[in-house]
Amino acid sequence: MCGIVGLLVKTPALRERLGSLMVPMLIGMTERGPDSAGLAVFGTPTTDAQRRISVYSGLTEDGADFNWLGLAHELHEHLDLRVDVRPKGNHAVLTVGSAPEAVKRYIREHHPKLHILSTGRSIDLYKDIGTPAQVAERYGFEHLTGSHLVGHTRMATESAVTPDRAHPFTAGEDFCLVHNGSLSNPNGVRRKLEPEGIRFETDNDTEAACRFLEWRLREGDELEAALQKGFEELDGFFTFLMGTPDKLALIRDPFACKPAVVAENDGYVAIASEFRSLAHLPDIKNAKVFEPAPEEMYVWNA
Amino acid sequence: MERVSTQMTAMEFDLAKTPLRDLNQFLHRELDVGDTRHVDVVNPDGAHNIAVGLDAPITVEVHGHAGYYAAGMNQHATVVIHGSAGTGVAENMMSGRVHVKGFASNGAGATAHGGLLVIDGDAGLRCGISLKGADIVVGGSVGSFSGFMAQAGRMVICGDAGDALGDSLYEAVIYIQGEVKSLGADAQFEPMTDADLGALGELLRQAGLDHDPAAFKRIASARTLYHWNADANQEY
Repeated sequence: MCGIVGLLVKTPALRERLGSLMVPMLIGMTERGPDSAGLAVFGTPTTDAQRRISVYSGLTEDGADFNWLGLAHELHEHLDLRVDVRPKGNHAVLTVGSAPEAVKRYIREHHPKLHILSTGRSIDLYKDIGTPAQVAERYGFEHLTGSHLVGHTRMATESAVTPDRAHPFTAGEDFCLVHNGSLSNPNGVRRKLEPEGIRFETDNDTEAACRFLEWRLREGDELEAALQKGFEELDGFFTFLMGTPDKLALIRDPFACKPAVVAENDGYVAIASEFRSLAHLPDIKNAKVFEPAPEEMYVWNA
Repeated sequence: MERVSTQMTAMEFDLAKTPLRDLNQFLHRELDVGDTRHVDVVNPDGAHNIAVGLDAPITVEVHGHAGYYAAGMNQHATVVIHGSAGTGVAENMMSGRVHVKGFASNGAGATAHGGLLVIDGDAGLRCGISLKGADIVVGGSVGSFSGFMAQAGRMVICGDAGDALGDSLYEAVIYIQGEVKSLGADAQFEPMTDADLGALGELLRQAGLDHDPAAFKRIASARTLYHWNADANQEY
């Protein structure tokens, strides 16, 4: 069991409240996922050349005391790059003016225990072990702003409870996926992707789905075409919620084994595993509430 | 505990202020000795297990969306949900009546032995799975695998059905007005008899629906799976 939540807001005023509206949604899914939590938030994109990189230091010896400014100095010294660092405990968002691949390569070589969570122009990503309330508090989720976000509460079944196996998963740039369910063919998907040069970071089944769909998008598929290939290639139980810089997308397996409910009004589209995570949202009593059908694609534009 | 007694025989529980357990304990215990016969539940907010295991001739009205297993195992009571219901509404109902004014999620009325479940909107997948004698009337459509292995009772579907409707049916009967995406193994369309038209008309009347029974088709078991056929080679 796990909980998924998603929120896409349609007004500038609600963009400022994105995090504070989401925190009760995430906490509402604590019973479905008490061991880890995370979210990816999409905000105003950087310039074309810039990239935002979310990095996690909880697996290093220094943990939350990691010397983030020291890392910025190293990157400046060795790569001649100016890096803006926004640290928060064991997490930091690095903004680089160019060459994100060089930065990530440097981090992998010189700080192998740092975990790179996401890369992109719009995405920031946070995930860690702990209850949803603890994780939300740790990173100040209530202060997040942006157009849409994708969140998850985890009750691990397919791999260990560790920060890097928490959701959301990302692949490539500005793409993330959360999953409620369990895949039956993740290893087959991995064997198909690895010869394409796609590298896996964990043994988690969701990572296979995430990298498969991102691979299809990178190969040129539109989102709907990629999701259709997902229906054909990914076997098992799933409700997937995905985020891109301008879209939220949802699909459910043909047996609808894992729940999902959507509430939509003029202000927002909110998605959760169960209605109890939506009940607190403003004007929810007048929202259109429905259950997404299995094997259908639901895509909302930010 | 927040309780507002509007008259001697009615009670309101606000689940935004009162734990669900207080509501269910009241419904289970105090009803035996008191004279309350009508309970309103406000701010249900998708809570699980609302009004489960009732065993008294009372009416419970839920004003909002209910979570999983609402009115499960119901006996004698009438439960009205003015909103949607989560997975397993009226699961294993024994008698009484459960009415969902919105849509119902998966497994609505699963294994129900008796009573009437009415869903005004659509029902999700596996509606009436392993039905054991209850009646289910769905005003909208039902998802795939509905009526799977249903043993007794009747299902009325005013809209359409997904895949594998009535797979491995025993003696339950399904009446459907709309389209069937596919029938399950051993389910077959059969002619409507006068007895079917009469029974269906009565079920529609009880559900407050005015569809013409003659517009419905009957689905029942072909009974080819009742006995083991070694020659079938697992192909049905």
